[in-house]
Amino acid sequence: MDLELYQENVMDHYKNPRGKKVMENATFSYTENNPLCGDEVTFYVRLDGDIIEEITFTGHGCAISLASASLLIEYLKGKEVDAIKEVTDDKIKALLGVPISHTRIKCALLSQKTVQKGLEEYNDTHN
Amino acid sequence: MKTTIPILSKAIYLDNAATTQKPQVVIDAMKEYYENYNANVHRGIYTLAEKATVAYEKSRDIVATFIGASREEVVFTSGTTESINVIARMLEPTLKEGDEIVITVLEHHSNMVPWQQSCKRTGAVLKVIQLNKDNEVDIEDAKNKITNKTKIVAFSGYSNVLGDVIDVTALLKLAKAVEAYTVIDGAQLVPHKKVDVKKIDCDFFAFSGHKMCGPTGIGVLYGKKKLLEELEPVLFGGEMIATVSQQDATWADLPHKFEAGTPKICQAIGLGVACDYLSSIQYDKKEQMLIALAEYAKMELAKRGVTLIKTKGSIITFTLDNIHPHDIAEVLNKYTICVRAGNHCTMPLHDVLGVKASVRISLYHYNSQDDIDRLLEGVAKAQEVFDGS
Ligand SMILES: Cc1ncc(COP(=O)(O)O)c(C=O)c1O
Repeated sequence: MDLELYQENVMDHYKNPRGKKVMENATFSYTENNPLCGDEVTFYVRLDGDIIEEITFTGHGCAISLASASLLIEYLKGKEVDAIKEVTDDKIKALLGVPISHTRIKCALLSQKTVQKGLEEYNDTHN
Repeated sequence: MKTTIPILSKAIYLDNAATTQKPQVVIDAMKEYYENYNANVHRGIYTLAEKATVAYEKSRDIVATFIGASREEVVFTSGTTESINVIARMLEPTLKEGDEIVITVLEHHSNMVPWQQSCKRTGAVLKVIQLNKDNEVDIEDAKNKITNKTKIVAFSGYSNVLGDVIDVTALLKLAKAVEAYTVIDGAQLVPHKKVDVKKIDCDFFAFSGHKMCGPTGIGVLYGKKKLLEELEPVLFGGEMIATVSQQDATWADLPHKFEAGTPKICQAIGLGVACDYLSSIQYDKKEQMLIALAEYAKMELAKRGVTLIKTKGSIITFTLDNIHPHDIAEVLNKYTICVRAGNHCTMPLHDVLGVKASVRISLYHYNSQDDIDRLLEGVAKAQEVFDGS
């Protein structure tokens, strides 16, 4: 069947999300939702100096929003904290590797928005 | 009937509560206006302007007859949302702190947020009637909420999520007993049932052209003549004045008093043709067929393990355990089946129903059993994609 959006990689990350769990000792965490469809994700980040030592998420949503959360976690883990700021819309699209329509872009970008806002809030309160 | 609505050959369209498809006659009438007699109305002396004015005002007559109103009571707006906002603004000077406005929990945001704002500006209190266990507007709760403090009762005549679950007569009776202004959101009622505003006997009534085979950008604010005469307009400018001096102005007669600026001429002409079209196909008689189709769809969906939200009439709303509404809609889209996924501009209602989002199928007179069968196949495909290994 020609369902480009639901390629194996996306479906794998949706059905078997990496790091989908609450983190008790996070350096910061942040929750964001997409009010139009009710999707909601929380990101938890633990820093070791400048390094993202551990990153997890929880939440509920469609295949695109949850697969992108899982893919983003896999991508960010072990990187320097600045990598969070540098995640662009195009990076998310590349991670998903499937064509994202105008109406689904909000789903795809929810995770990016969440983790970036979390970092902003953390920086604001710790600088 | 399908051949007279061009888009229906391109998609299986099941999102009629969002907007409906346009018959060729409506498209042609609008094209005819732009090609042959485009001019502003009530202004020019020339023939084009005369022709445009006559067509615009004739549409008002058609719409008035369609809903049982007189022409002075039919104000053209951009749609239900603008109508309700204007009504709320018009009624605001009648409110004082401690007065109460009553709505229901199933309201579309457009019949909820304007009243919240009125309350914020005046100190009035918003009371919200809840649902009974059958997902109907609870008349027992309405009896508690509508009291001597109630000044406005505003509610939808037909829900865009739950369907035909509002006892309009009972709510109006309660509202009238306390002499409250009554406002009906008819956005979904007008497309599905023959409406006679005089028989309903509400003070104000709002609806949109695009949900009844007409164009977007046009809707109606109906108000009882006596009230429209008494109340002040809230939009000011050209067309709505009688005389203007440097410091003051007087208002035009009804209905123009409430139509500031260049009106939606082409859209109004389209709406008039849409009303005639609906009358010609006896749209109100098709409702029984749609309800039967909806019942068939619900029965078949239930067999496929879908969780149905209790609805009545021609709307079907459901969720699936393992598949997000967006993903169902996306898979269905691959088969050119158009359904709605989300909260359908009713966040408070979805909170009460206990779901974040749902899939909605909303039928109209051009839908057939074949459309439902294709939908069912599509849902089965979605289940294959998501539940298969
Ligand atoms: C019950 C109800 N009320 C109001 C509206 C708002 O209509 P419009 O967006 O045309 O102003 C809608 C449309 O979605 C509706 O279904």
